[in-house]
Amino acid sequence: MADRTAPARTRGPSRYVIRLVVIAYLFFLVAWPVYLVGKNAFSDGFENLRGIIEDPDIVHALNLTITVAIIAVVINTVFGVGISLLLVRYQFPGKRLLSALLDVPLSVSPIVVGLALVLVYGGRNGWFGPTLESAGFQVIFATPGIVLATVFVALPLVIREVVPVLEELGDEQEQAARSLGANAVQTFLRITLPAIKWGVIYGVVLSLARSLGEFGAVKVVSGNVLGETRTATLVVEENYLNFDKGGAYATAFLLALVAVACIIVVSVIRPKEDR
Amino acid sequence: MSIEIVNVTKRFGGFVALDDVSVSIPSGQLTALLGPSGGGKSTLLRIIAGLEHADTGRIEIEGLEATDLAPQKRNVGFVFQHYAAFKHLSVRRNVAFGLEIRRRPKPEIRKRVDELLELVHLEQFADRLPSQLSGGQRQRMALARALAVEPTVLLLDEPFGALDAKVRKELRDWLRRLHDEVNVTTVFVTHDQEEALEVADEIVVINDGRIEQIGTPDQLYDEPANDFVMRFLGPVTQLGEHLVRPHDLEIVTDGSGAAAVAGRVTRIVRVGFEVRVEVTTEDQVVLVTLTRAKFLSLGIETGATVSVRIVPSGGAGVGRQIRAATVQTS
Repeated sequence: MADRTAPARTRGPSRYVIRLVVIAYLFFLVAWPVYLVGKNAFSDGFENLRGIIEDPDIVHALNLTITVAIIAVVINTVFGVGISLLLVRYQFPGKRLLSALLDVPLSVSPIVVGLALVLVYGGRNGWFGPTLESAGFQVIFATPGIVLATVFVALPLVIREVVPVLEELGDEQEQAARSLGANAVQTFLRITLPAIKWGVIYGVVLSLARSLGEFGAVKVVSGNVLGETRTATLVVEENYLNFDKGGAYATAFLLALVAVACIIVVSVIRPKEDR
Repeated sequence: MSIEIVNVTKRFGGFVALDDVSVSIPSGQLTALLGPSGGGKSTLLRIIAGLEHADTGRIEIEGLEATDLAPQKRNVGFVFQHYAAFKHLSVRRNVAFGLEIRRRPKPEIRKRVDELLELVHLEQFADRLPSQLSGGQRQRMALARALAVEPTVLLLDEPFGALDAKVRKELRDWLRRLHDEVNVTTVFVTHDQEEALEVADEIVVINDGRIEQIGTPDQLYDEPANDFVMRFLGPVTQLGEHLVRPHDLEIVTDGSGAAAVAGRVTRIVRVGFEVRVEVTTEDQVVLVTLTRAKFLSLGIETGATVSVRIVPSGGAGVGRQIRAATVQTS
């Protein structure tokens, strides 16, 4: 893959030294540890995997994680594309502030996010929570809270993928579509969306991977109730702390597998000369 | 009158792009908006198309009040300098876009697109993507796409600006022939005076957000309304108090004559069929353009002492008595 960028080639030994350093770095930091998780998950053959699949609480946790991740990704995609269009195509006061604010979820620790959400939506002492609760809608210690926390931490991923694509695209094609009679919705669906398709897909995949793996914020807002609000990442921690290392590794392996598979699938099907 | 622009003003922040502009653009003709970059001509075109909104003033297209009409309701065709090709659609789908939006029946779309592709000579490229076409081909595709919706007016914003000199010249001729065939009211923006003079029926000269002159190419060239138009439409030089075209001057070697100014030849450049001679008089450097035959018959070379005068047969239209202010600036 790397060899395809032909020009500006470094000849001689330095080229191999650089490659070696990069490969060793990635091997010890990423490949080897992830491989060991997989190895440990299968240390007793398929025993560990069977163990978690037969445990209804863990199956519930996996289902919950997938449901939450899908809802969060849908929300983040719709709002992400909308906010990207707003940021790139329109001028308004406070635009730079909004852009900076969108990076907060990436820079703030997820556990802070969790605490912040509890402060607002907490059922007893929250700023808005009691009102919602009296209307019969529980946020914290329930699925909506987990979705909220997940949406928060994965918020910028779609936007950061789509904004550069939109900027490079320019608005001439959209103007051409308008002058040919297309309204705003037709222009978006027929011209803008196909042009930013790969940016959106990549953003979705990153969001999905991030949403499946979210731990800190979810731990605070979910309450971690077995069989109800415990997600897959919380199961990993719980099993690990309770010396059920096999179960922990097996669950961790499933989580990693889905995330890595998404990224691999997309980089394989993504057209080579996209940009 | 096809397009009426009445008292249009447009500002971008503190910059005045158009300052109280009024023009009538006639039906069925090919009109050029000509002027230097940043003069407001593209802004005017975009206001006609509805891609920009005028701060004040009115736009009327074929009797239809269009001032507050959205671009998709104006029925104009717009061609952009950088083609604005829909990159993910084939040439055929690009051209069909406007018709698909209008939900025309499939066979009708197919027939119309085939006709248009033939008109712009792209029949054999119908199934290619825009990225597989050359610049000139992309612009022809963009033209077919704009014509597909049978627009009341066709607007072209520096349509040949991104193309190399040879292709630009070919497309220029082709646009003129196309217009004579299709006969849709066409307005195009250009900063190239040769392009405007060659192609347009009528030229609107725009500078600094204001209209300097409106007229046929002949009127503009022979009777420029002011120094700006004279300078912008072609090469000029100064002889005494007169602003003249270099080809309206002649060199005489046999001494004096009425209104002849003496000087010394300081530079001779030959470009193709014409020879440019620089004559330094007492207080000026005068540029004279001669045909090669004329130059050879004179037999002059650098350093020769000659006289320069305005060609007597030039008539009243030649040259402009320039105002004192202009003399100082030049």
